[in-house]
Amino acid sequence: MLLIKCPWCGERDMVEFTHGGDATKVYPKDPNATTSEEWHDFIYLRENPCGEHVEYWHHVAGCRQWLKVRRDTTTHDILTTAPADGDLDT
Amino acid sequence: MTGQPWRLENGGHIDRSCSLSFAFDGKIMEGHPGDTLASALLANGTRLVGRSFKYHRPRGIFSAGVEEPNALVELRTGNRQEPNSLATTTELFDGLEASSQNRWPNLRFDFSQVNGALSRFLPAGFYYKTFMWPANLWLTYEHFIRKAAGMGIASRESDPDRYESRSAHCDVLVVGGGPAGLTAAMTAAEIGERVIVLEQAPHFGGWLRREKRTIDGSPAMDWVDAVSTRLSAMADVRVLTRTSAFGYYDHNMITAVERVQDHVPKSDPFLPRQRLWSIRAKRVVLATGAVEQPIAFPENDRPGVMLAGAARTYINEYGVLPGRMAVLQTNNDNAYRSAIDLLDAGARVTAVLDVRDHVDGHLPNQVRDRGVPILQGYGVVETKGYFAIRQVLARPLVGGPVRRYDCDLLCVSGGWAPQVHLHSQSGGKVVFDAEKGCFLPSEARQNCVSIGSAAGLFTLKDCLKGANGDDVPEQAIKPTWSLPNAPGRHGKRFVDFQDDVTAEDVALAHREGYVSVEHLKRYTTLGMGTDQGKTSNVIGLAIMAKLKGQNIPAVGTTKFRPPYTAVSMGAMAGRAVGHHFQPLRRSPMDNWHHDNGCKWVDAGLWRRPHFYTRPGEDVNSAALREGRTVRAGVGIVDVSTLGKIDIQGPDAAELLNRIYVNGWKKLAVGKARYGVMLREDGMAYDDGTTSRLSENHFIMTTTTANAGPVLAKLEYYLQAVWPELRVQVACVTDQYAAIAVAGPKSRDVMQRLIDLDISNDAFPFMAAAPCCFAGIAGARLFRISFSGELAYEINVPADYGQAAWNALLETGREDGVGVYGIEAMSAFRIEKGHVAGPEINGQTTIGDLGLGGLQSEQKHNIGKSLAIREGLIDPARPAVVGLVPVDGKTWIKAGAQLVENPDAPPPVAMLGHVTSIAYSGELNHPIALALLSGGKERAGEELYAAFPLRNEAVRVRVVSPHFVDPDGERMRV
Repeated sequence: MLLIKCPWCGERDMVEFTHGGDATKVYPKDPNATTSEEWHDFIYLRENPCGEHVEYWHHVAGCRQWLKVRRDTTTHDILTTAPADGDLDT
Repeated sequence: MTGQPWRLENGGHIDRSCSLSFAFDGKIMEGHPGDTLASALLANGTRLVGRSFKYHRPRGIFSAGVEEPNALVELRTGNRQEPNSLATTTELFDGLEASSQNRWPNLRFDFSQVNGALSRFLPAGFYYKTFMWPANLWLTYEHFIRKAAGMGIASRESDPDRYESRSAHCDVLVVGGGPAGLTAAMTAAEIGERVIVLEQAPHFGGWLRREKRTIDGSPAMDWVDAVSTRLSAMADVRVLTRTSAFGYYDHNMITAVERVQDHVPKSDPFLPRQRLWSIRAKRVVLATGAVEQPIAFPENDRPGVMLAGAARTYINEYGVLPGRMAVLQTNNDNAYRSAIDLLDAGARVTAVLDVRDHVDGHLPNQVRDRGVPILQGYGVVETKGYFAIRQVLARPLVGGPVRRYDCDLLCVSGGWAPQVHLHSQSGGKVVFDAEKGCFLPSEARQNCVSIGSAAGLFTLKDCLKGANGDDVPEQAIKPTWSLPNAPGRHGKRFVDFQDDVTAEDVALAHREGYVSVEHLKRYTTLGMGTDQGKTSNVIGLAIMAKLKGQNIPAVGTTKFRPPYTAVSMGAMAGRAVGHHFQPLRRSPMDNWHHDNGCKWVDAGLWRRPHFYTRPGEDVNSAALREGRTVRAGVGIVDVSTLGKIDIQGPDAAELLNRIYVNGWKKLAVGKARYGVMLREDGMAYDDGTTSRLSENHFIMTTTTANAGPVLAKLEYYLQAVWPELRVQVACVTDQYAAIAVAGPKSRDVMQRLIDLDISNDAFPFMAAAPCCFAGIAGARLFRISFSGELAYEINVPADYGQAAWNALLETGREDGVGVYGIEAMSAFRIEKGHVAGPEINGQTTIGDLGLGGLQSEQKHNIGKSLAIREGLIDPARPAVVGLVPVDGKTWIKAGAQLVENPDAPPPVAMLGHVTSIAYSGELNHPIALALLSGGKERAGEELYAAFPLRNEAVRVRVVSPHFVDPDGERMRV
C-alpha cells in the first residue's frame, strides 16, 4: 500500500489514487505536424523499466488533480512527485 | 477434578474456580477460563485430535501456538462453522463445540487410513504427475482425491457475524508483547511517541508466561503485569491483544486482525466479531519472537510427540501435564527447561537423548543431578504406538545398539527459529547464522527493526532494559535437522506434518530435479499449509542443501508472504458484504420507481427502471405497452444517470473542439449539439449532447457508464497536456434530476408547466434554455430526442426531481401520460438506429457507426490523426446495419454471428454479429442492429444470424438501421 505525496494534499494512501500510465509519453505539441511513427510511439510503445519510472497518478478520490510520480518499480519507493504539468526535478 | 485427569493441582494462568463445558466430536468435557482448546483436550486426556492430510495418520497436539501443524479442528456448527481452526490458539469458552476433520466415519476408525499403506503411490509431485496422466482420467480421480485429501468443511450458509475495518497511524508500532516488545513499547512511550502494541495472544508476556522465570528476583509475570498495566494507561499508547499482525506491505503498512469476539460464548451484536486493522507506522519494531523447530526422526508424527517448549507451556501456562513418562530429544540446552518443569510437575523423565557428544551445561546438569540419564550423541530411530506414543527406540548417531524407553510423551527440540516473516515481507533480507542454526533478519528495506528472539537474541538480557532476568549460560546448539533410520528400516520422517511431506519426499524432489527451494516447495507442497511451514521450511531446505552438497545459505529460503497466520474471509471483507459490497447509486426518483412496480436493471453502480410491471406482463409486453404510450401520446423516463459535466471558462469551446470530433465554436448560446469523442487511438469513445448555456459555459452529457472516465480524461488533458487552456470542469451528475418527456403530446404537457414559450418557432429542435419548471427555479430545458419523437429533457436541482416527476404525471394525466423504462427507451433508439454501448464497443470507428460525417476538417481533435489509418478506413470494416427477420416474426438473438450459410462445414466465415435487438412497436416485428463487414453495400442481402450454442439460425435481411422516421421529421415538428 503505497503512500503517495500529493503536491496539494500531502501524503495520502494509494486507495485515493488511480494509476494513469507512463508519464514519459507526452501528447504531441503540434498534432498536425506529427508523423505516423510518432503517433505510433506515443500511443503504443511503452518502456517497462526495472528501477526508476515516471508515471501519472490521478488523485481521483481526493483533490482530482493529476500528478507525476517518480517511482522505483523494484522497491516501490516514491522518489518525487509534482503536478502533472510540473517538473519532478525542481 | 476427576473429569480432568491430566490437570495439575497448582500452577498455570487459569481460573480453577470456574469450569467451562465444551464438546469435542460430541464428547462433553470440562476446562477452565484461560485454557485453549488444546490445553483443555490434554487436561482431559485427549491425545488424538486429527488425521493427517494425505495419509490420514493419527495426529496429536504438537505445539502450543500459531505454528501448530496438526491440531486443526472445525469450530462451532451451523452458519458459524469454521474449519481449520488451531486448537492451540482457540480460547476455550463455555459451550464451545469442536470436531476433528479429515476423517470418515470417525477419528479412531478412519476409512482413508489405507492411504498410509498405499503411500508409495502418493509420492511428492503426486498432483503434477496425476495431471500428466491422460486428462480424462483426472476427471475420474479428482472426486476421490478431493474428498480424501482435504481439510475441514466450511459452512455453506452465510456468515451471520459482522466484521469491520479500521485504519490507524502511529509513530512506533510494536509487533509482539513479550519481554522485548514490552520494553520497546515502554521506551518509545516514555519519550512521548504515539505507540501501538499488538499481541496475538490474549495476554502479554510471551514466553514469560510459559516458563518459570524471574525478573529482578520476582516472578517475571509481575514485571509483565506492571509494564502492560502502565502502557495501557498511557494516553498515546494503544494496546491490542488477540491481534495478529499478518501482513507487512509497502511504506510501513501493517495489517492485523483483532479477534474481538471469537472467545466469547454469546456475541454482543453491537461489536464486530473480528476487526481488520491497517496501521501505517513511522517506525516498526518487530518483536515477533521465535518458534521452536523439531527434528525429523523416523516415525516422528505419533500423538504424544510434542515440541519441548510446548510441553512446558502446557505445564506453566495451563497447569496441564502433557505426559507422565517423558523422553526428550534435543540438540540444545534450552530444551532441558522442559525436563526440569516435567520433573517438578511430578512426571518421570526416562531419558534425554542429546545429539551433542559432550553435554555439560548449567541446565543439563540440573537434569542429570535429578537422576535422569542423558544419552550423549543419541538420536531417535523409531517410535512405537498407534493412537499414542508408547515407546522410543534410540541409538548412538555413530551406530550401535538400540535402546528402548517406554514413554507417553516425546519432547523434541531442534533449536529456535526467529519469526522473520514480517521482516521478510517488508522486503528485508534474511541470512543464515550457522552457529545459531537459524535464519536471522539482516538488512531492512523499510523503517523497521527486529529485536529480541525475532533477531536471534534469545536471552532476557537482550530483551530487557533497566531490569535483570535470570539468564543462565548455555552450551552451543548443534544444528540438526533430521536423524537417520536404523539400517534396513524405512520409518517415515515427517518434515511438514500438515502437508504430509517427508524427508524422503524432499529426496525424491531432489532426484527428479526440483532442487531450487521454490520448486521444492511447489513440487512437494512443503510449507504450503495453513501453518505456512513454521516448523518445516527450514528443515526441508536444510535436507535439500545436504542432498545438493551445499550449505544452507547457498540453497537460500523461499520468500515469506502474507498472511503470517490464517485470516478469515469475513475479516477481509469487513462491511463490504451484501448490498454494502459496493455503493448503490439511486436517482432522485428512485423511491417512486420502487413504489410503482418497476423492475430494476443495473447500470454500473446505478439501478435504473427496466420496465414497470402490470399483471400478466413480461418485459417485452410491458416495454411494448410503454413504448406505444409514448408514440401515441406522451411518456416520461428518468434519465438522471446520464453523466453531466459543467464546463466553464473562456477556452471552453476550444476544449470541446479538441475533445469532440465535431466543431463547437460556432454553436450559438441556447443551443445543444450532439457530439462524439474518440480515444487517442482513433476508436469511438463516448457520445452525448452538449449545450451552450452562455458564451463561456457549457453543460456536457455523457453516457451513464462513461461519466467518471470522461471527467477524468478532461481533467487529464487540462492539467497535463493543455494547462494553458482557461477552463474548469466539474461533475454535476448528482446535482440534477433529469427527465425525458417524449411523444407527440409532450409539448402540450410541458407548456403547461414551464415559464418559456416552447412553440416550435420559439424553441426549436436542439434548443436549450434555463427556465422555471413547475415552480422549480434553476431548471434547464433541452429540446433533444433519443426516442425520435417530439421530445424534451428537463433538468431540475436533484432535490426537486420527485416534484418535477409528480408535476408531469399530474399535468399530463388528461393526455394519458405514461412512464417508461430502459427497455422501451432502448427499443426506441434501435428503431431510430442510434448507436449505444453495444455498438460503441471500443473496436468501432465513427465511420463504422455511420457518424463519419461529424468529423470536422477544420481542426484537430483527440484521436483524429489515428482514425484515418489505413486499417480504420478499410471499406471492408464492419458497419452498423439494420436486420429484419425474413419471416417477419422470429426474434434475432443478440450476439448471433452473421453468416451466409449456417450449414457450411467449419470454419465458416463470420461476416459480423448482432449487437442490439428489440421488438418494434411501430413495425410490429422484431428488429436488430448489427455490425456487418462492408455493411453499407449489403442492403437487401439475405444472411443468417446463427447462434450455434442454441442450434439456431434466423434468416435475416440487411436493411437501413433507421427503421422509423428515417428523416427525423417527428422530432422537428
